[in-house]
Amino acid sequence: MPRGKLRTWSILGILLVPALCQADEPAIDTGTTAWMLTSTALVLLMVPGLGLFYGGLVRTKNVIGTLMHAFAAMAVVGVVWTVCGYAMCFGASKGWCGWDPEMLFLMGIENNIMEDARIPELVFAMFQGKFAIITPALIAGAFAERVRFRGYCVFIALWSLLIYNPLCHWVWGGGFLTGKAIDFAGGTVIHISSGVAGLVCALYLGARRGYPKTAMHPNNLVLTMLGAGLLWVGWFGFNAGSSVSSGLQTAQALTVTQIAAATGALTWVCIEGMIHKKATSLGLASGILAGLVAITPAAGDVRPVGAMVLGVIAAFGCYGAIQLKGKLGYDDTLDVFGIHGVAGIIGAIGLCFFLRTVPDHGIGAQLGYQVEGVLVSIVYASVMTLIIAVVVDKTVGLKLDDDGQRAGMDHELHGEQGYGLLNLN
Amino acid sequence: MKLVTAIIQPERLEAVREALLKAEVFRITVNRCTGRGQAQETELYRGQAVAPDLLPKVRLDIACNDEFVEKAVAAILNAARHSDGEVGDGKIFVTPLEECIRIRTGERGSDAI
Repeated sequence: MPRGKLRTWSILGILLVPALCQADEPAIDTGTTAWMLTSTALVLLMVPGLGLFYGGLVRTKNVIGTLMHAFAAMAVVGVVWTVCGYAMCFGASKGWCGWDPEMLFLMGIENNIMEDARIPELVFAMFQGKFAIITPALIAGAFAERVRFRGYCVFIALWSLLIYNPLCHWVWGGGFLTGKAIDFAGGTVIHISSGVAGLVCALYLGARRGYPKTAMHPNNLVLTMLGAGLLWVGWFGFNAGSSVSSGLQTAQALTVTQIAAATGALTWVCIEGMIHKKATSLGLASGILAGLVAITPAAGDVRPVGAMVLGVIAAFGCYGAIQLKGKLGYDDTLDVFGIHGVAGIIGAIGLCFFLRTVPDHGIGAQLGYQVEGVLVSIVYASVMTLIIAVVVDKTVGLKLDDDGQRAGMDHELHGEQGYGLLNLN
Repeated sequence: MKLVTAIIQPERLEAVREALLKAEVFRITVNRCTGRGQAQETELYRGQAVAPDLLPKVRLDIACNDEFVEKAVAAILNAARHSDGEVGDGKIFVTPLEECIRIRTGERGSDAI
C-alpha cells in the first residue's frame, strides 16, 4: 500500500476508535486506567523484589528456597485470588467475608466498568490481587531457612483464604471496619497481619538449628539492596495506586511515600552511626522498609511533615524491636514482625496526629477506630495463623527437620543450587 | 604432623563441621571445589534430570598433629557418610606435612599448628 493511502487509513482509524469506545463504554477514565495498570505492574514487581531482599539475607544453601517463597506466592495466590479471592474480598454480600458467586473466576466482572473510579473492574481486581500475593509472601521471612516447600504452599493458600480475604473485606470491601479505620494502602490488612503472623509462626515452629549460637551471615547483601530498591520503586504503585484515581490524592500519596522512605533510611543510618560508628547497607535497607511500611496506612491522609515524623518514629521503633528480639531470643529470622508488624502499628495509630483534614468525629474518636482496626488485625491474624500453622504442620508438614536444615533448602527441597557460577562446570 | 584433606558433599558440610568441633578439631580451611569421582548425581533442569559431568564438592584442609589425625578422620567419616554410604560421599586423604610456620610469630613445627 502506498504511504499516502496508509496514512489516510490510519487517520480514519484514529478517528473511528474513540467514536466506537464512546458508543460502548462511556464511563472509562483512560488516565486513571493507565495509572492503575502501571500500579498493578509496580506492585507485582515488589514480589520478586521481596524475594531478592529475603534471598540475600539467608545462608548460601537457602537462597533458592527463599526466592521460591516469594515466587510461589505469585503462583499460588495468583490462582486462589482468581478462583474465589476477589469474590471473598469484594463480593456484595456481607459477613465474615464478602461473597458473590458471579465473581468466581472473575466471570461476572469481565465487562464491568466501575462507577466511581471509571476503570474496568478487571484492572481493580488485578491490582488488589497483587496485594493478596505479597501479603503471605511477607510472612516467609519469619520462618526462612526452615520450612518445607509443600507445607509452605498449603500454608499461604489457607492463609490467603482464611485471613487475608476476610481482613481485606472488613477494611476495604464493605465490612464492619470500612469507613471507620483509615487504612489507605494496607497497614492493618497487610503489614500488621503478616507481621503478627510471622511472629506466631516463628514462635510455633521454633528457631533454626543452631540459632542463636551459630553465626548465620547473609549470603549476598547485593541482592538484598537490589530487592530493597525494587520494593521502594514498587511501593509507589502500592500507595499511589491505592487512591484508585489519577489526580491530587495520587500525587499526595506518592509524595509522602517517597518522603517517609527517605526519612526512615536516613534515621536508621544515623542511629547505627551513633551506636556502632558504621552505617550498614542492611540498616539503610531496613530503614527504607520501616518508613515505607509506616506510611502505607497513612499515605492518603497525612502531610509531608507527618510523613517525616512517621519515618523517624518507625526507624526508632523497628530498630528497638529488633534489639529486643535479640534479648528475647525468638527467631523471627528476617524480622517480619520487627519491621512490618511494628512499623505497621506505628503508622496505623500515628497517622491520627498528622491528618490533613480532621474528621468530623474528631481525632479522639478516630484514634479509637485506628486502635480497634489494629487490635482486630492482631487478634484475628494471630489466632488464625496459629490454627493454620498447627494444622499444616501436623498434616502436610511445615517444619524442615534437622537433616534438611543442615543440607539446606536448595538441595533438600528443590534439587538445585543458587550459585553455580562459583563452581566450574 | 599430617595434612588431612577431605572432599565431601556440600550438603554434609554443616554436619561435618559440628562433628569436628565435637572432636576438638577447630582449625580448618574450607573451599568450594568441583570434581568427579564415581558419582552420577542428578540435578533438575526445567523438569529434566541431568547428570553434570563435574559436581560441586567441598574440600576441607586440616593440618594437625599426629594424635589428632584419627579423631579428625573418624569425625569426618561419621558425619559425611549418608546413612549406609552412597557413591559420591567423598574421600579423605592423609599426607605427611613437612613443616608448619605461624606467620604472626614465626614459630615452627607442631607448636605452630
